[in-house]
Amino acid sequence: MTKRKIQMMLSVNGEDHDVSFLPHRTLLEVLREDMQLTGTKHGCELGECGTCTVLVDGEPALSCLVLGLECAGKDIQTVEGLGTAGGPHPLQKRFAELNAAQCGYCTPGILMAAQSILTKDPTPDRETLREELAGNLCRCTGYLRIYEAIEMAAEDMQHGS
Amino acid sequence: MAPKYRIIGKANTKVDGLAKSTGATKFADDLSLPRMLYCKLHRAHVPYAVIKNIDTSAAEAMDGVVAVLVGSELPTQFGILPVSQDEHALCPDKVRFVGDPVAAVAALDEDTAFAAAQAIRVEYEPLPPVFDPAEAIQNEVPQLHDYGDDGNVHKRVAMEFGDVAGALEDADEVLEDVVFYQGNTHLPMEQHATLAMPEADGRLTIWSSTQTPHYLHKAVSKVLGLPPSRIRIIACPNGGGFGGKSDPFNHEIVVAALAVKTQRPCKITLTREEVFYCHRGRHPVLMRSRMGLDKKKKAITGIHFESLLDGGAYGSYGVASTYYTGALQTVTYKVPNYRFDGVRTFTNKPPCGPKRGHGTVQPRFALEIQVDRAAHALGMDPADFRLQNLQPPESVTANWLRIRTMGLKACIDKVVEASGWRERYGKLERGHGLGLACSSYITGAGLPIYWNRMPHSGVQLKLDRGGGVTAFCGATDIGQGSDTVLASCVAEILGVDLLDVRVCVADTDLTPVDLGSYSSRVTLMMGNAAIQAAERARDLLAKACAEKLEVPPARLAFADNRVFDTQDPDKSMEFAQAVVFAEAKFGTIGTVGSYSPPKMPGRYRGAGVGPTPTYSYSASVIELHCDEETGIIDIDKIWIAHDIGQAINYHLAMGQVEGSVYMGVGEALMEEMVYRDRRNGAHKIPSLLEYKSPTTMEMPPVDTFLIEEPDPEGPFGAKEVGQGPLLPIMPAVANGVFDALGVRVNRCPITPEFVLAALESKDKRSGPKSYPDLRIEAPARILTPAEGGDGYEIDQKRKTKQLAREQRTDEQKTTR
Repeated sequence: MTKRKIQMMLSVNGEDHDVSFLPHRTLLEVLREDMQLTGTKHGCELGECGTCTVLVDGEPALSCLVLGLECAGKDIQTVEGLGTAGGPHPLQKRFAELNAAQCGYCTPGILMAAQSILTKDPTPDRETLREELAGNLCRCTGYLRIYEAIEMAAEDMQHGS
Repeated sequence: MAPKYRIIGKANTKVDGLAKSTGATKFADDLSLPRMLYCKLHRAHVPYAVIKNIDTSAAEAMDGVVAVLVGSELPTQFGILPVSQDEHALCPDKVRFVGDPVAAVAALDEDTAFAAAQAIRVEYEPLPPVFDPAEAIQNEVPQLHDYGDDGNVHKRVAMEFGDVAGALEDADEVLEDVVFYQGNTHLPMEQHATLAMPEADGRLTIWSSTQTPHYLHKAVSKVLGLPPSRIRIIACPNGGGFGGKSDPFNHEIVVAALAVKTQRPCKITLTREEVFYCHRGRHPVLMRSRMGLDKKKKAITGIHFESLLDGGAYGSYGVASTYYTGALQTVTYKVPNYRFDGVRTFTNKPPCGPKRGHGTVQPRFALEIQVDRAAHALGMDPADFRLQNLQPPESVTANWLRIRTMGLKACIDKVVEASGWRERYGKLERGHGLGLACSSYITGAGLPIYWNRMPHSGVQLKLDRGGGVTAFCGATDIGQGSDTVLASCVAEILGVDLLDVRVCVADTDLTPVDLGSYSSRVTLMMGNAAIQAAERARDLLAKACAEKLEVPPARLAFADNRVFDTQDPDKSMEFAQAVVFAEAKFGTIGTVGSYSPPKMPGRYRGAGVGPTPTYSYSASVIELHCDEETGIIDIDKIWIAHDIGQAINYHLAMGQVEGSVYMGVGEALMEEMVYRDRRNGAHKIPSLLEYKSPTTMEMPPVDTFLIEEPDPEGPFGAKEVGQGPLLPIMPAVANGVFDALGVRVNRCPITPEFVLAALESKDKRSGPKSYPDLRIEAPARILTPAEGGDGYEIDQKRKTKQLAREQRTDEQKTTR
C-alpha cells in the first residue's frame, strides 16, 4: 500500500479545503483522520450500519464505502455543516429536546439521512421515515423518538421557525 | 397546588443534548494527540492451544513499527471480579478462544499496525476444545482454568429456602419446563476505543469507552504495577454500552503498556469483528423449572429452578451472573418455597458477562412462560393469576430479598386496560395473539464488587461566586443520561437552572468514586449522593442569607436562581449573591455527598447477589401475528408500563423504556451469538449485517406508561428504568405465540424454525428436550422468613466468624 499522499480540493460543508491524504483512504477516513471532522462516526466500516452517513451532492452516502478520491468536485455535507449549538438546525434542536440522541453515536448519520428525506419530502409520513431510515442502526432508542423528532422538525421547517 | 418539583420529572432537554445532535461530543476514537501511535492486536485463530513460540521479527522489521508487545511482558492477571482474576492482557502461554489476543503492535499509522499484527507468527500446540456446556461438565479434570469449583465448572451454586420437595409433593399439579435462552450481544454502535498518554511527570492518562472507569483504574494499576495515584482514567461518553463496556479489557491495558513502553500516546480502536469477539454478552442458559400449584388457593406452592450457564473462556462477571439466574424469581409473585441450583461452565468461546438485565433475563423468560401455563392449568386469565399472586410491598421474600414499593399491580392494570386484553385475549382469530409478561429488576446492586464499607457513589459540589455550580462524580454517561440526572438533582435542590450546573464526570483524578454504570445503580446511588451534597450546600447558603435577609434559615426557599423568604417573597436575593455571602461567611464553598445502600436481611453465602435498595417492576402486553406456513412472527403493537417510582427526566425515562423494549424485540425474534463448533469455534456471523438486529422495519409501535409511586429509597422517589423494561418483552412474545397458535416455544430467540417445529410436534412445543444431570449435592438450607429464619444458612452461625475474617481480608486487599 502506497504511503504517498495525494493532494486535492474537497468541498465540505460549503467550504473548499486543500487536503492531502492517502489515495486508498475512504471519505470517512479523510473526514475524520485528515480533516479532524470527527462528527461523522463509524460503526462497522463495512457499509452495514449507516453510522457514517454523509450527503454527497445531496444524496445520502456511506462514507466508509466511498473513496476520498471519488469526491473531487462534489459537495459533501456532514453534521458539522448542518448547524451549530448556537444555531442548530431544526432537526438537531428536536433531536436534543426529545432525547432522540441517547448515546448520540448513530445520531450524525441519522441526521444526515433525515436531512435528505426532508429535502425530498418536507412532510414525510411515518411509513416513509421507516423505509428511508431502514439502513441506519440505532441501539438506544428503538427509533421511536427519532421519528417524532424528524416529524416535529419537519413541522418547524414548514412554519419557518 | 404549586408543582412539587421545578425540574424533576419534567420534559427538560438533556444537558448534553445539543452536543450529541451537533456531533460535538467526543467519543474515545474522536481523540487524537501529536506523535500518537496506532495499536493493533494479533488474536488467536485457534480455539484452544498452548503457545509454543511467538515470532515477532517480521513485524518488528517493518517500517513504521515502533514497538511490539507479547504476553510475557505483562504476566499479572486481572479480571473484573476479585474471585476471577483469570485474564492476561496478552496470552502468555495458552489461548482459550478464537479472538484471544496474543501480541500487540504500535506503529506510526493504522495500516502499518494492522499489517504488522498480521505478520506476527504464532506456533501453537492444539488442545482439545470444549464448546458445549453439557459436555464441559462431564469432564472432571480442569481443562480451561486451574481454578473454579470442579473440572470445567467455574461456579456451582445450590440453595434451598423452605421445603421445596415437600411443596412440589403436596402440590395438586407440578409444571415442568426445560427452556433454552440463546446468548446474544450488546452491539453498541460505538466500537471500543482507548487512548493512553504518558505524562512528563511519569503519570499515565487513559481515555476509554468504558462503563466502569473505577474498575479499569484497578486493573491497569495491577497489571502495570503502577500505583493508582499515577494513573488517571477518563471514561469518555460511551457510544452505547448495555453492559458491553463493563469489564476491564485486554486492549485497554495493552495500549496503556505500549504508551509506557514507547513514551508516546497510543490509541486502539477495535474493528466491529473484534467487538463481537470481546463479547461479555448474554450467557446462553439452559434451564429447568418445576413449579407446584395449589388448585384451591390458585397459588404457587414452590419452585425448583435450575440453570446451566455457558460462560465462555473467562470468568468476567460470571459468578454474579450465575447467582442472578436464580435470584429474582421470588420478587414478583409469591413463592413460599424456593430452590435454586446453578452451574456455570467454561467453554472455548468468547467470554460471556453482563448484558442489560444481567443474568435475570433468561430465567424471567422461563418463569413467565411457566406462569402463563400455570394460569391456563388453573383455568384462569394469565393477568388475573398474576394479580392474585403478587408479592406484597414492604415484604421479605423466601430468599430474603426486601421489597419496598411494588407497582406491578398498577403496571398490569395499565397494560391490560390499554391493550383491550379483557375483551380480546384468547378471542383473536387464529394466527393472531396477545401475550402478557411481567418482570422486575434491581435498582443498583446492594453490594459492591469489592466488599468494603465505603460509599458506592460520591458527589462533590463547587459553588462559584458567579452562581455557577460544578458537580463532580465518577459516574459515566453511556447514553442513559446520567449527566442530566446529576445536574437535575443538584439544580432542583439549589433552585438553579439545569444549565447552571456544569457536570464533571468519570475522571479518576478529579471526581469521587462512583462504582460504574452497571446494575441500574447510577440514578439511585449518584442521585442520593447528589441530593446530600446539594442539601449541605443549600444549608450553608441559607445560613448566610438568613443573616442578610433577617429571617430564620428554615423559612428560605431556593428557586428560579433566587433565595427568598417563603412568607415574604419580596425578601430575596439572587443565587449568585447568596454564594457570595456564604463564601464571605464560611470561606470557599464546597460540599460532598455520599451514598451506601441499606443493609440487606439475607446473611447466607450468596445473599450478596439479588438485594437492592428497591426493585422496579414492568408489565407488557404484546400483540402479534404469526404465519403458520412460514413461522414468521410480526409484532403489531407493544404496550408497556414501568414502575419507575419517580421519573427524574420525562424524556430520559421514556427513552430508556422504549430502548429496552427495542432491545427485547431483537432478543425475542432474531439476535443470537452462534459459533462454528466444528470449525474452530469461530463466530459464525461477526458483522452488523449478518448478526440480525431490529431495523426501523422490525420495530413495532410502542405505548409506554410510567407508573410513578415514589419509593422511599430513591432520589425524589426514583427507581431504575434502564434495564427492567427489557425483561417482559421476550416472554410476552412467547406467550403471544401461544395465544395465536396454541404452541409453546421454550426457546429464545423465537425464530420461525422453532415455531414450525412446535406446530409439527406432538406436544405442541419446541425447544430443548432434556436437562443434564448437574451432579448437585445437597443444597445449602436456609429457613425462610415465614419459617422463622434469621437469614443465615442453617448451621452457618459457626461459619460466620470465618466469613467475617474473609471479608476483612478482602477489604485489606481492596485498600492495598
